[in-house]
Amino acid sequence: MFTHDIVIVGGGGAGLRAAIAAAEVSSKLSIALVSKVYPMRSHTVSAEGGTAAVLREYDSLDLHAKDTIFGADFLADQDAVEAFVKEAPGELIQLEHWGCPWSRDPDGRVSSRSFGGMSVDRTLFAADKTGFHLLHTLFQTSLKYDSIIRYDECFLTSLLVDDGKVCGVTSINLYTGRVEVIAGKTVILCTGGGGRIFPFTTNAAINTGDGMAAAYRAGVALKDMEFVQYHPTGLPGTGILITEASRGEGGWLKNKDGYRYLQDYGLGPPTDKPTHRKMELGPRDILSRCHMQEYAKGRTFEGPYGHYVHLDLRHLGEEVINKKLPFVRELASKYVGIDPVYEPIPVRPVVHYMMGGVSTDINAKTTLVGLYAAGETACVSINGANRLGSNSLTELLVFGTRAGRAAAAYAANVSAPASAAIDALAADEQRRLDRQFLRKDGGTERIATIRQEMQLAMEEGAGIYRDEQKMEKACKTLRTLRERFKEIIIEDRGSTFNTEVMTALELDFMLDVAEVVANSALMRRESRGSHTRTDFPKRDDANFLKHTLAYRTPDGPKIDYLPVTITRWPPEERKY
Amino acid sequence: MGFWVSSSISKLATRNRYHEVTMAEPTITLNVTRYRPGQDRAPTTQAYAVPYKEDWVVLDALNHIKDQIDGTLSYRWSCRMGVCGSCGMMVNGTPKLTCAAFLRDYYPGEIRVEPLINFPIIRDLVIDMSDFLDKLKSVKPWIIRKEEKPVARGEYLQTPAELEAFHQFTQCINCMLCYAACPVYGLEPKFLGPAAIALGYRYNMDSRDQGKEQRAVIGNHDGIWDCTFVGECSVVCPKDVDPAAAIQRSKVDTTKNWFQSILMPWGQR
Amino acid sequence: MTGIRPDPSKLYNRKMPATWWLQKKSYFLFMLRELSSVFIALFLLVYLYQIYQLTQGPEAYAAFTRRLSSPGWIFFNLIAFLFAVYHSVTWFQSTAVVLPVRLGERLVPRQIVTALHIGFWIVVSLGVLILFLALKD
Repeated sequence: MFTHDIVIVGGGGAGLRAAIAAAEVSSKLSIALVSKVYPMRSHTVSAEGGTAAVLREYDSLDLHAKDTIFGADFLADQDAVEAFVKEAPGELIQLEHWGCPWSRDPDGRVSSRSFGGMSVDRTLFAADKTGFHLLHTLFQTSLKYDSIIRYDECFLTSLLVDDGKVCGVTSINLYTGRVEVIAGKTVILCTGGGGRIFPFTTNAAINTGDGMAAAYRAGVALKDMEFVQYHPTGLPGTGILITEASRGEGGWLKNKDGYRYLQDYGLGPPTDKPTHRKMELGPRDILSRCHMQEYAKGRTFEGPYGHYVHLDLRHLGEEVINKKLPFVRELASKYVGIDPVYEPIPVRPVVHYMMGGVSTDINAKTTLVGLYAAGETACVSINGANRLGSNSLTELLVFGTRAGRAAAAYAANVSAPASAAIDALAADEQRRLDRQFLRKDGGTERIATIRQEMQLAMEEGAGIYRDEQKMEKACKTLRTLRERFKEIIIEDRGSTFNTEVMTALELDFMLDVAEVVANSALMRRESRGSHTRTDFPKRDDANFLKHTLAYRTPDGPKIDYLPVTITRWPPEERKY
Repeated sequence: MGFWVSSSISKLATRNRYHEVTMAEPTITLNVTRYRPGQDRAPTTQAYAVPYKEDWVVLDALNHIKDQIDGTLSYRWSCRMGVCGSCGMMVNGTPKLTCAAFLRDYYPGEIRVEPLINFPIIRDLVIDMSDFLDKLKSVKPWIIRKEEKPVARGEYLQTPAELEAFHQFTQCINCMLCYAACPVYGLEPKFLGPAAIALGYRYNMDSRDQGKEQRAVIGNHDGIWDCTFVGECSVVCPKDVDPAAAIQRSKVDTTKNWFQSILMPWGQR
Repeated sequence: MTGIRPDPSKLYNRKMPATWWLQKKSYFLFMLRELSSVFIALFLLVYLYQIYQLTQGPEAYAAFTRRLSSPGWIFFNLIAFLFAVYHSVTWFQSTAVVLPVRLGERLVPRQIVTALHIGFWIVVSLGVLILFLALKD
């Protein structure tokens, strides 16, 4: 057994930031950073466009808050948003001090660019690899602290809970195949989102909702899980992300007639240069819906991977593309054989982000004593029903810090958990894992089959446009898949680096997460933000200005609700 | 309104049905290294026939093997877009990111997939990168300053030209292809290596950093001076970091500093 | 700091074959480049000895020059010359890598820097040759 004061699960932006924040509170705190991949492989690395904060004189905290709350379709907790926008600037400057290579203006200040749904330019960027630079800066800075002890390639299997308090985690050490107990006074979940429950996603293989499912199984509610963001511009087939920054720099979305179709949906008038919050700089949920409506009208292109539209960057010119969007040029050339300097890029909406997650308060605290969560794993909520682009990277930093500090403060005042209780819990977990995965015999279902059927069920039942029938069907399918999961075949009996067991564990978590998403969506009888129902097409503040809370029961999620905190921005109609 | 969703899904379903390979579909053979510690005394090679698709990369083929043919194959991958650095392997003897190695560049020939050389094998295509991470840490890859500016006073000013001076060397995704390409690292495991030195150089060249003296490990015998400028590291680097340039420039830099310290000992920075 | 890492005793270490430099064209060319310095050194030794022979008087020098005209020595000189050219060209390529040249904001491509170096070298060599021919008699 390994014992630490703070156990952080997930080594991405939020996890690393929390670790550093805790280490800076006190060097005497022993901090475990448990991650199923080496930290620089975390999905934060794929973020491209930028990270938002108020740093310029033309901007204001209230404006950033208003943009965020508006973008969230008023489902965001406004006290949390106010705290978020206030702490954002300091976090980004801190990152700059730690060496992040932000792109610069000629006068030496960090540059900012336009982004979807933002009233002014406030998105800081590092070319178009902001997440990559952010993650590497945080990882390299974290190496300074001897009190941060890394457990690389350790796969979380469960949270250990004794007497209503979290007391650590069990995780499989991939090198040995042994189930290790990492005990801690507090646990911070920073395991990212669960986009891989859908078939087309920008998400990496590792985004399987591990921490969300683990918290759910430990009795913590998952909040607002029905809100799944489709990013309007992913590459068809692979789902690889083409950053919103390409639109921020002035890119145009055109249908098969070469027409900038967004003007037909209340986002006009079309201008040559990008206008904040209009046309291609509208919020992601609205843009994704516009694409689907164009498809319904037969105005999209058809390709080997379905419908798509064009993202035209030609008018930006080679110099701008090379300077501001070099990674976009590389990705388009490599994966679809298109050089955006000369040809438009084929794009379509793909699943990108989960607004929902482990329910936390404004200090990253969950209802389980000692358990915190931050980043995409958590739902505070600052993103409400739809997240604005470039708020997520900032969210990692602000709430990573809050979680780290809160956990540090809590850990300073409590004693270490009793090892006898932990041993008993760990033994139970070992037995469960042996029975279901490590020593499982027989089986009739391939893991990949169940995974693909789950993904198809989610795309059909919980996609951009939803209705009662389709969601119910998805919920039923997922229940069946849950049963069929018991019959999976595990061919790999090896104990060293057994990635088949890892894949099975991930699928196990994903089935839980998928079920929560589908059921939460079914129960929300309105349309808001990214949750759009054809049978309830209007927003219903009277009945649904509240967060969905999903609790685990043996028969599936039990749905409850929590009111949204409104401070200074009363809900109004969301028009752009 | 449901019809367009169904039509979209049937296309997705076709995309996902990797396993429905009929006799008429073209295939390509992958010869993959297998090694199961405790079971195998030495690595062996296993051949797999995989559907050939024009836009598939080697990683897609490996995923097909794992999903449909042989679940026991172990390898690392994550982002599949060339930015996480997980999926580096030897493809026909050259270190490559398997998410960026297209089957069409090898078809109809066979593809040999092996774990990155110059690293110990943990299992199958998975190598041990602990040495690399230790070396990364040894160059102190963080901003070192004599005095920190308070965050409240804003950012350190840095002109675009100053950013340009080190920006290229920030692009390293830690994929370790350069270590696999470097014969010096193969012959002398104590060599600090291309990526670690390039990262140290990145910080030395960052106008905000003042910690060059603390990165003395770069100028050590097992640092830059082990390098004989074979140059293969820069050839295989998928991100054009050009670690070879970083190392040779460090040599010039270190030599200059040494002469300065001898001839003008009073002029310390 | 890492709390968990692979057990070194469980890892499989592949040996680097002694013929590693024959397995890739770039490795082979690298070894050739390194070998070129051996030939340059040998040539230098011969050259130094030739200069020494100058101090030994006209007869000794003439005898030495006759020895140097043998086919064997001509062949050696040819090989050494080719290696010297290869050494110099690769040296100029390395120079372009080590010293980035900026014209305003743009970086001058490395091939141009190398080409300029080689061009300058050829001009100087031609100059020396012309001087030699002019002063010979």
